[in-house]
Amino acid sequence: MYHNYETVDPAFFKVDPASGVPIYLQLMERFRHAVESCLLAPGDQLPAIRTLAQQLVISPNTVVKAYTELDQEGVIELRHGVGAFVLDGERHRDRGKEIRIAKNLVRAFVEKLRKQGFATDEIRRFVEAELNLTAEEVRRGH
Amino acid sequence: MVIETDRLSKQYRVTFAVRDLDLAVAEGSISAFLGPNGSGKTTTIKMLLGLTHPTSGAGLVFGQPICDDAASVKIRQRTGYVGEDKRLYGYLTVGETLSFVRSVYPAWDRDREQALLRRFDLPLDQKCQKLSKGMRTKLALVLALSRGAELLILDEPSEGLDPGAAEQLLEAVVQAAADGTSVFFSTHQIAEVERVADHVFIMNRGRLVFRSPMEEIRENYRRIHFAFPGRSPTEEMNVDGVFRLRPEGHTLSLVVTGNLESITQRAQSLGAISVDVQPIGLRELFLESVEEGRS
Repeated sequence: MYHNYETVDPAFFKVDPASGVPIYLQLMERFRHAVESCLLAPGDQLPAIRTLAQQLVISPNTVVKAYTELDQEGVIELRHGVGAFVLDGERHRDRGKEIRIAKNLVRAFVEKLRKQGFATDEIRRFVEAELNLTAEEVRRGH
Repeated sequence: MVIETDRLSKQYRVTFAVRDLDLAVAEGSISAFLGPNGSGKTTTIKMLLGLTHPTSGAGLVFGQPICDDAASVKIRQRTGYVGEDKRLYGYLTVGETLSFVRSVYPAWDRDREQALLRRFDLPLDQKCQKLSKGMRTKLALVLALSRGAELLILDEPSEGLDPGAAEQLLEAVVQAAADGTSVFFSTHQIAEVERVADHVFIMNRGRLVFRSPMEEIRENYRRIHFAFPGRSPTEEMNVDGVFRLRPEGHTLSLVVTGNLESITQRAQSLGAISVDVQPIGLRELFLESVEEGRS
């Protein structure tokens, strides 16, 4: 069922509960590594949350957290009620690039406003007001 | 919240078994309840289940008041409980016990029962009075886990289990949580808590002295040693994020809950000549937490 997962040694996902790194971050790192080293290929299904939790004897909530974060990073895709799947590497590399470009844009914009003498709180209020406004417009169908 | 208490207290004459306890246990989470012997864990659990009444304060389980007798019955119907005594009918065999208890609970999960029996390797034909301590615990767990409870309350479930059985118990706890059951268990097995718990609560002398999500301990809690050329500036270092602070001659040992960077900067501005930062394990945190009450 979990096609490639069965060929991946569960020890590969072993985590260290006594380390100073949250388990969900350790898990994310293991999965990123599995994808980068092609142990998991695009389209492969990740182990089910309960399976992995039971195999590693960790809280299922920790696995949920790791999968949710990986989904947000674009490494995997969570399909509701179906499972978690590895996304196309090309696609998430592009996404990473897009995120970097977006962050640079925001940095340049914040720096510009600071040079004009605006304080951090003022800038935050401008951005929040703008986001609220655009969210409102989207909601009203503009 | 599946469990919520507000200044819950149990007083015997002049001593408090539990004092002003504010608990909040999130639904679907695995929560560990730690504390030295006699710190009030079992009394708390008994109050939650309506087996003993608080002398003051209040508590809710599934939003139902624990002090109301009718509500308490509803709480117990939805809760699987394994206590210290593991009351079983000695003259019934394991198999007879199962079919008897099975008939009482409409939501009995036969698949889970079978899976647990296989995992625990219980002798169905054995009379309960002949079971070893570990076997009794395992049977009590099968009964509590198979009845479709929404909340599992386990009072030192791994006590008396050999390492293999303790591991099976943890797997069963993880499985229950994966099925959406909230788990609240008291234990002395800190390494087990470190592995499976989402939240940790530590009691000492009837009071809740520590609470934190487990992942937050790993992420933010650190032990720092600063060395100073002269006397260590203890008072000046007692700032936001410092949980414990202990001067040891020229060095200052801190447990911090975060704010690491500004604490380090402060120490350096006060003349610290060396800084050593280590992650802190739950065992150390436990000892630090219960140390405080000893004086």
